[in-house]
Amino acid sequence: MERPTLVPHDRFGRRALIAATAGIGLVGRPGAARSDPATVQVGYLRWLEPRPTISLLDKSPPDSGLAGAKLAMSDNNTTGRFMNQQFELSDAPVHADDDPVVVLGALADRGIVLLLSDLPADRLLSLAEAGRARQVTLFNIQAPDDALRQENCRDNVIHVAPSRSMLADALAQYLVWKKWSRWVLIYGSHPEDALLADAYRRAARRFGARIVKEREFKDAGGARQTDSGVVQTQQQMPVFTQGLPDYDVLIAADENEVFADYLPYRIWDARPVAGSSGLRPVSWDPTSESWGGTQLQDRFIRIAHRRMTELDMQAWTACRMIGEAASRTASADPAKLMQEIKSSDFAVAAYKGQKLTLRDWDWQLRQPILLSDGRTVVSISPQPGFLHQVTELDTLGIDRPETRCKLR
Amino acid sequence: MMRCNRLPACFLAGLILAATPGPAGAYTAYVTNERDNTISVVDLDQMKTVKTVPVGQRPRGITMTADGTKILVCASDDDTIQMIDAATLRIVGDLPSGPDPETFALHVSGNPLYVSNEDDSMITVIDVPARKVIAEIPTGVEPEGMAVSPDGQTIVNTSETTNMAHFLDYKTRKMVAAVLVDARPRVAMFKHDGSEVWVSSELGGTVSVIDPGQHAVTHKISFDVQGLRAEAIQPVGIQFTRDDATAFVALGPANRVAVIDTKAYKVRKYLLVGQRVWQMTFTPDQKYLLTTNGLSNDISMIDVASLDVVKSIPVGRLPWGVVVSPK
Repeated sequence: MERPTLVPHDRFGRRALIAATAGIGLVGRPGAARSDPATVQVGYLRWLEPRPTISLLDKSPPDSGLAGAKLAMSDNNTTGRFMNQQFELSDAPVHADDDPVVVLGALADRGIVLLLSDLPADRLLSLAEAGRARQVTLFNIQAPDDALRQENCRDNVIHVAPSRSMLADALAQYLVWKKWSRWVLIYGSHPEDALLADAYRRAARRFGARIVKEREFKDAGGARQTDSGVVQTQQQMPVFTQGLPDYDVLIAADENEVFADYLPYRIWDARPVAGSSGLRPVSWDPTSESWGGTQLQDRFIRIAHRRMTELDMQAWTACRMIGEAASRTASADPAKLMQEIKSSDFAVAAYKGQKLTLRDWDWQLRQPILLSDGRTVVSISPQPGFLHQVTELDTLGIDRPETRCKLR
Repeated sequence: MMRCNRLPACFLAGLILAATPGPAGAYTAYVTNERDNTISVVDLDQMKTVKTVPVGQRPRGITMTADGTKILVCASDDDTIQMIDAATLRIVGDLPSGPDPETFALHVSGNPLYVSNEDDSMITVIDVPARKVIAEIPTGVEPEGMAVSPDGQTIVNTSETTNMAHFLDYKTRKMVAAVLVDARPRVAMFKHDGSEVWVSSELGGTVSVIDPGQHAVTHKISFDVQGLRAEAIQPVGIQFTRDDATAFVALGPANRVAVIDTKAYKVRKYLLVGQRVWQMTFTPDQKYLLTTNGLSNDISMIDVASLDVVKSIPVGRLPWGVVVSPK
């Protein structure tokens, strides 16, 4: 097993270098004696298994997530100069045949107990159990499983990634606002697809849409678009979607990228596609420029030389939550930071037009969800008119009265 | 197009121009249109846009030299500050602003210019007549608002992601304090008597009142507009009347300007203006307050005495900043 390697926060570019050197000697209070900066350590449990995609454009960059974390740590370090704090990121890669609990133990041995995780739900759960004795908190930046926010919720897991139900609700609100309320639901044959289909069924019930027909697309393997594949999908997709009742929009639930991107322009009827292809609910999009988003996109491209993925944004947000807690408490003590993050007045700004806060019943980060067509941000949910007595963000996902979570 | 390569000469020409009196009583406002890459020239007597001038890409911060001869515009995406001759409306030069200048403040003496470089966590200090960078001062992440104290001794900069107001000493150009405020601080504004700096926090939804001597937050002002979600109240622009008795705070997507009693730190009234109101400025006689409304593509004119919104004037797309000629 690979030993977790230390990746010190990066300093980028000429000006950052000036900032790094000139910053020394700056003190938050005039005349205060300067001691060694307090260090906030953050680990990143990073899943190395490839995530398959249909489009080459969606192929996950090798440092997806990690680059977002690095940018946030660089941002935190800039702020840290005024707080006499510094931030260190430890990258801990995890392969499918590694035991993530061993990796977690190695980090905890070094005193690193604030850990980002982009591991799948089953691994995350075992980490949460093992981490309890070591005072570890996990920031889930990938797993969308509602079960992790419901029956399998844990007090030491903060969900920065939106859940499947939040994503489905965000899309459903927009489609209902468009009066595209008759849906056909096509779901894949993987277990995640069944869960995502459940989220769309729930969203339809909640917001007054109707699923007029469901079909399962079986993953028979080998559906990747090669020379012959183009011919194959052109023939296959119209036939597969033939004979549907009248509908407004086709929703694809395909988390493993088996078929969804083969639907647009290929289905039998002239209908839009949404869900896992076409109009997609996402936590970030490289075209998002609202609310200062341009600044973040520019900063990110400068350090990573590529565009910012959803995983990058979730990692950025998680690290910024830790940085924000460190400046608000003027502390580097993980226990104090977690107390601050879990307090009712904690909020983080993440270029979504409003401050993001945590749901205290399952530690899910409330957040607007972008709806992207891959070219532009088409809309942002919650949609106007979907009201809530506390915050409209709680119209997305599992609300307090519905929760089955008992934090422990 | 005439371009001034030797700036001191330009300045001299400008000074001579300023000495000749302009048309009495006619104020002109200049508005940067972030999405159109233009500035709108608004005749405030006629209350309409009389000219649209192409400038650099993504124009945001705008101010005028003290003599009123030059308009300075941050062309953020061109990484420069453009100098525009107010009489001819021609671009006559540029300033080495460093990358992505968002906004700036001129020192009370008329020079230097303090520029926030949003992408670089940096303040660039520019000698305007010499068109030279004097200093680069590291600051927090996404520097935004810049303010100079009335006595010229203190410069304040806000950083949107670090969430601080940074206090710099004019002489040493060193940071002497960093004061934590609520999320996404945008604008810093000194009272005319120098006794307080007010800092708006766009996402925090508050205005922090800071004692510039103690570098401490002494009051926090929050807002409550009936029928509006708290998240829609996002304070940005701040302006004080000359007697410092009243402050105006622009509330972004709340589409309102709050009128604040500065003694009680209490909101007296909310004025409905255009959509997503950000920056504001007074006419030099303080009769009107102008607001830029980013989403309705107009500016609102507020009658300061009666607190009535008297006019909406269409400008370009995504109006960002506004400045009024001193004459």
